[in-house]
Amino acid sequence: MEYALSFSLNGKPVQVAVKANSSLLDVLRNQLFVTSPKKSCDTGDCGACAVLIDGEAVNSCITLALTVEGKKVTTVEGLGEGNQIHPLQQAFHEHYAAQCGFCTPGVILVAKALLDKNPKPTREEVTQAISGNLCRCTGYVKIIDAIMAVAEANK
Amino acid sequence: MGVVVGKRIPRYDGLQHVTGRTQFVDDVSYPNMLWVKAYRSPVVKGEILNVDVSQAEKTPGVAAVLTAKDVPANQYGFSNDQPVLAEKGVRFKGEAIVAVAAVDEDTAQEAVEKIRVDFKEETPVFDPIEAMKPDTPRVRPEGNLWMFGEVPYRRIRLGDVEKGFKEADVIVEEVYRTQNQDHAQLEGQVSVARLEANGVITINSVSQCPFLHQLQLAGILKVPLNRLKFIGGTVGGGFGSKNDMHADHITSLLALKTGKPVKWRWTREEEFLASTVQGAWIMEYKDGVKKDGRIVARKIRAIRDAGAYGSLNPYVVDKHCFLVCGPYAIPNVWIDGYCVFTNKQVSSSMRGFGITPASFSNEVQMDKIAEAVGKDPWEIRFINAVRDGDITATRKTLESVALIETMKEAAKAAGIQLPDHLMAMSSEKKEV
Amino acid sequence: MKKRGKGIASIFYPTGMSGGGDPSNALIKMKLDGTIDLMVGSIDIGQGCKTVLAQLAAEELGLAMEQVTVINDNTDSCPMDTGTFASRVTHSMGNAVVMAARELRQEILELAAADLKTSPVNLTIENGEVKIKQSPDKKISLADLAGKATFGMGKILAGRGGYVKAPTAKDEETGACNPFATAAYATTIAEVEVDTETGQVEVLQLISVYDVGKAINPMLCEGQIDGGSVMGLGMALMENLNPYYPGIDFQPTSFADYMIPVSKDTGKIIAKIIERPSTTSLYGTKGIGEMTANSEAPAIVNAVYNAIGVRITDLPITPEKIIRGLEEK
Repeated sequence: MEYALSFSLNGKPVQVAVKANSSLLDVLRNQLFVTSPKKSCDTGDCGACAVLIDGEAVNSCITLALTVEGKKVTTVEGLGEGNQIHPLQQAFHEHYAAQCGFCTPGVILVAKALLDKNPKPTREEVTQAISGNLCRCTGYVKIIDAIMAVAEANK
Repeated sequence: MGVVVGKRIPRYDGLQHVTGRTQFVDDVSYPNMLWVKAYRSPVVKGEILNVDVSQAEKTPGVAAVLTAKDVPANQYGFSNDQPVLAEKGVRFKGEAIVAVAAVDEDTAQEAVEKIRVDFKEETPVFDPIEAMKPDTPRVRPEGNLWMFGEVPYRRIRLGDVEKGFKEADVIVEEVYRTQNQDHAQLEGQVSVARLEANGVITINSVSQCPFLHQLQLAGILKVPLNRLKFIGGTVGGGFGSKNDMHADHITSLLALKTGKPVKWRWTREEEFLASTVQGAWIMEYKDGVKKDGRIVARKIRAIRDAGAYGSLNPYVVDKHCFLVCGPYAIPNVWIDGYCVFTNKQVSSSMRGFGITPASFSNEVQMDKIAEAVGKDPWEIRFINAVRDGDITATRKTLESVALIETMKEAAKAAGIQLPDHLMAMSSEKKEV
Repeated sequence: MKKRGKGIASIFYPTGMSGGGDPSNALIKMKLDGTIDLMVGSIDIGQGCKTVLAQLAAEELGLAMEQVTVINDNTDSCPMDTGTFASRVTHSMGNAVVMAARELRQEILELAAADLKTSPVNLTIENGEVKIKQSPDKKISLADLAGKATFGMGKILAGRGGYVKAPTAKDEETGACNPFATAAYATTIAEVEVDTETGQVEVLQLISVYDVGKAINPMLCEGQIDGGSVMGLGMALMENLNPYYPGIDFQPTSFADYMIPVSKDTGKIIAKIIERPSTTSLYGTKGIGEMTANSEAPAIVNAVYNAIGVRITDLPITPEKIIRGLEEK
């Protein structure tokens, strides 16, 4: 049994038929072919699948797809203006905050949710904000540097 | 510094990463693609008496069920001792016995749950120390110890270790242990295989070493290398977790059997329970030290918990033994390194191989030695440090040595003032 | 009570597979406009080998990074590499890439010498142009040269490179052998705070100095040290697949019970690089990819001893081991 689901994905309306038990992550990846949110743990422990729902960072692997009816979902595909990438993406690139790149889309979205609410966070606030995102490559050092570089520009 | 070399140039693929456009294996999908789930052994050790896949095959949406008899050469791996799918028996909990390809993951899982396997359970062996004893049940028919030539341990012999102990003023002994570790790379094991019209199988692979896996897979399928094209090159974290082939053989076999593209993505639970890991170590040290802090003799018995199959374990033990003395010039050395099989998931490569545990044991032992002879931990390292032209325990001559230089820089970075006689030392020349 | 301590660890690590016999091959071909395709079978697992290998090719051929295309994505197009492990790629494949670039460079210089009516030894390549060193206004662009070679002579401008550390002979009785090309060195200083009531260990700071031989890209070297520091911290304090070792009961099955460090666990990470070039690499490089996770656990253990006088000999350091150690004192 499938149900009709309508929501806004990266600023565009989408309609898709989903099973009641489908996760938002599976619908994004397998039905809408939006592949930047990654399936790494599928239990809400790692943050690689994080997306923004009405501006809040959420692990999409433990979010039922049907719960985003009428809401705004954002993935990194929806960041930036035209050909211009988002300042966070630019900072992640310049500061070498992405090594293997697998956790990167999720961390960038969590950072965006933080900066949208708190444009001038302290290093401790940034560290706290991304503590739900596992990264095995970077030791988080250059990730935090990159987010702080954007935060500093806001000051 | 060069024009480009030595510069802080951002990643070649950095923009791909930050925009989420890097294509990882799990991002690849094809029309009509099948999904795989595996039946894994619920028992730790036992004989397989019967495998009944009849109900799984009848499940609507199932395209193929793969068992050992479908594998042309059911033996592979770096030690060439692992079955692709277990046939006669299982050696660890989670060992794969059957693989199912179906229209989606749920259907494949439903079919897996209908598989019935009868086992004659046997007593497992978990403790490597127990496994080394002659009367302990065998993990594998060849015995619980890997043979290094004629003996069941890697030997390193330099100088005369007993003479060294006699010359020593102090003997420092300790037993060190390191744990089993998971790589915990964020991208798990995943594979997509597709059969082309000309008989070539293209495999989207997370392999860290596709050319070695191409050779292994050619052996399993009994096909020439030019029928196997591995696609990859950009991997979501490795740390040694993707040096062993975990999924590409199964997807390739199922692509051949069904003619359709096949994807297998392991769950994180499978990753923890059934993938290769860094095996645990037990390292027994006996050091002979002079009052001035110089180490004159070292004897080590090192034991690697290899888990159920060989894989890279013998290599890991070799590497451990070659360098377990650490970056110190020790004239008399005796090392026996054992590779011991137990009924655990397979140990293999992880970042640092056998040297990670060696670095741990060795450096904690250095502090213990320092205390035993009443010296500062820095002093003990400086006076034993290898320099240019020194040899290792395997008589390898070292060049471009920099241990002393890293110590001096680290002290400086930490604001630690080292004594002048240490700061005057260098790797290039020894004091008269 | 909270007590602080410092500990050190000094280590080395071999570059390349122990035992040798692990080849790396590289191919470079020039396109019609003077840009190049660099074909290597090395896998980028996040460490950044595509970047480093492109830098080496660009340096040798006087090109900008944007003029190098790295092709490492399939086993049909790329020549053989043993793989991305054993800290081998920058050293081993780096040597192969430099050799391939030098073969191509020589071919370019010979063609340009004929065109500019001089000897190859008088020429240099800068910014995509081959110039006479003494009179740099006499020059030909790589684009023109590649076009002339292709359309005028039917020639492919290409270079091949191959490196292998020869397999070592080994004496079975003594283990005597020459197993690796070179080794890198490192020292880590850990500073910890131990809570003597709870047994909790907090790592306040990890200062690491790594000898990389030659840093092709210092930012990427630092990235390895940063990441390795935190993986080493995980080994020291958290990670354990068999909490009831040697048994397998209660084996973790998710990130909720197999703990790896998160951003709040790391303390301050300081990564420094020194360079003592290896004689076995054309650029002096060594591999530090793996060893960066080796120096932290012993440094942390030694720091804990320095703080509270309890020497942990089996990893990981759990609060239980700390408390038991304090009780036994």
